[in-house]
Amino acid sequence: MKKIKLVIGVIGADVHAVGNRILDYAFTQAGFSVVNLGVMVSQKEFIDAAIESDADAIVVSSLYGHGEIDCRGLREKCDEAGLNGIKLYVGGNITVGKSDFSIVKETFTKMGYDRVYEPGTSPNLSILDFKLDFGLITDDEYQEGLKDEDING
Amino acid sequence: MKILTADFGSTFTKLTAIDTNTATILGTSKSFTTISSDVTIGFNKALDILNNSIGSIKYDKILASSSAAGGLKMVSVGLVPDLTAKASRLAANSAGAKVIKTFSYELSKLETDEIQSINPDIILLTGGIDGGNQKVILHNANAISKLKGNFLVVYAGNKSALEEAESIFKKNNIEFECCANVMPEFNKLNIEPAKKAIRNLFIKNIISAKGLDKVQAFVHAEIVPTPLALFNASLLLSKGTKKQKGLGDLMVFDVGGATTDVYSMCDGTPNTSNTFLQGLREPFAKRSVEGDIGMRYSLSPLVTTASPDDIADVCGYTSTDILNWVDKCTKNPETVPTNEMEKIIDFTISKFAIEISADRHCGTSTKSFTPMGEVNIQFGKDLTAVTALIGTGGPVINSPYPKETLKSSCYSLKNLNSLRPTNPDLYLDEKYIFSSMGLLSVSHPDVALKIMINEFIKY
Repeated sequence: MKKIKLVIGVIGADVHAVGNRILDYAFTQAGFSVVNLGVMVSQKEFIDAAIESDADAIVVSSLYGHGEIDCRGLREKCDEAGLNGIKLYVGGNITVGKSDFSIVKETFTKMGYDRVYEPGTSPNLSILDFKLDFGLITDDEYQEGLKDEDING
Repeated sequence: MKILTADFGSTFTKLTAIDTNTATILGTSKSFTTISSDVTIGFNKALDILNNSIGSIKYDKILASSSAAGGLKMVSVGLVPDLTAKASRLAANSAGAKVIKTFSYELSKLETDEIQSINPDIILLTGGIDGGNQKVILHNANAISKLKGNFLVVYAGNKSALEEAESIFKKNNIEFECCANVMPEFNKLNIEPAKKAIRNLFIKNIISAKGLDKVQAFVHAEIVPTPLALFNASLLLSKGTKKQKGLGDLMVFDVGGATTDVYSMCDGTPNTSNTFLQGLREPFAKRSVEGDIGMRYSLSPLVTTASPDDIADVCGYTSTDILNWVDKCTKNPETVPTNEMEKIIDFTISKFAIEISADRHCGTSTKSFTPMGEVNIQFGKDLTAVTALIGTGGPVINSPYPKETLKSSCYSLKNLNSLRPTNPDLYLDEKYIFSSMGLLSVSHPDVALKIMINEFIKY
């Protein structure tokens, strides 16, 4: 079966490299094909890499609080570049401070992101989500997976 | 051993006689290239001149390079401009080609028409990392197959689309060669296989198409494109051999009538702390060709790029004087400056030629302010620490002030962000032997290196 291809990276002027490496490792171990752009990645680089690699999803990380500014407009640029319907995931400390996450989630969903993860999310949850979103598991298997204690760190 | 090298240029056929036992140049000569009638006529004329000056010698070996009949004319095609399209251009340049244009994404009708009118010798087709996008490269394979003309195709794209592309080419009777992807993984360059494939096609098909088979019949090795000979000579001069040290990190400027070629032999990784390298990692050995920067055939676009007013400011004459000179040279590319004004103008424009082509070749570094403090973002190669800079080509060699001409490639406050060499040693290929040494380097690297170090004038 064709491997699902993910383009991952830390967006903007953010240089937090550790989480990026962990995601690269976790996603690869889970059977995904990962194109890792590393840190300080611009929207253009995400899009160029997704086109060239024919990626199924772009997974954006942001740790330094400026995520909202950096992430805005990525969906529109993807549409413009012909990446219609590509899945967009975002996570990390995507806004400053401890704001109500439901508001943050709504903001990013409106910006066109398919899934938005709050601080402290285990990579296992996103892996489970990828599997559901790309039809690798059924809804029932997904619900079963959510009970796994690894999901909650 | 006595070796004769011949370079069939677009204007001149240049001969160099070498004694490998003493590692010396016995003599050089030149005569007009006669590619449109019989290329051996010009060769024999130059040989007569050489024989007259150093006597008739029995040569053990004759080697040849050529950039005659337009050189190796190519277009390259990729997917994303900053990724495979850029990689395809780097690959074609390193093979010694003159890349007229690089295309990206799906070729449109307008673009295929443009390729048709360029009428390239070879089209390098790339796109998609291995396992990546297939749609675009297959669309482009189809589009290219519909072109008419005697061109060849090198396929160096996504391996997953290779089989289907092959069947498209076969169905349309397109002559092609396949090789490994120029970018097998994201941002990883792999240009050697494409370089080799281009070289094979050049030997197999293009030498005879350019009317050089008469030369091939009496030389003792395959004819190489002149820029490839220069590329090999630059690499040897930088890295040295097992017995002899080279000059280390270096850059070469070859200014010509139609193009300006720049070579850099240097890793180009950041020399300053807190610098992040972004975009495509360029290769250690890089060649770039500026088709709009030349001292005769491309003088008009060069002066437009440099701005006649700026040239006038530097040389002290008016912009009308500059434009008159451009007119004169455009009408007759064999014009040589005759009076003081023309000499100064020609000299000043050559400085701009080197400066502009250096700017385009070298990487850039810009400051960026982040929550973690100030950082530098570097694109391309950092060549600030390059220790040697070599100038070749008529306009540099015959310049009234070669040192000043070459120096204009160095780091300047005019363009702070350009990572050009800051304080290199300057060398001049006064006898015009660089490409000849590239030919010699294949069989006699130590001799070629010794001759270059002895013959190049250091300022």
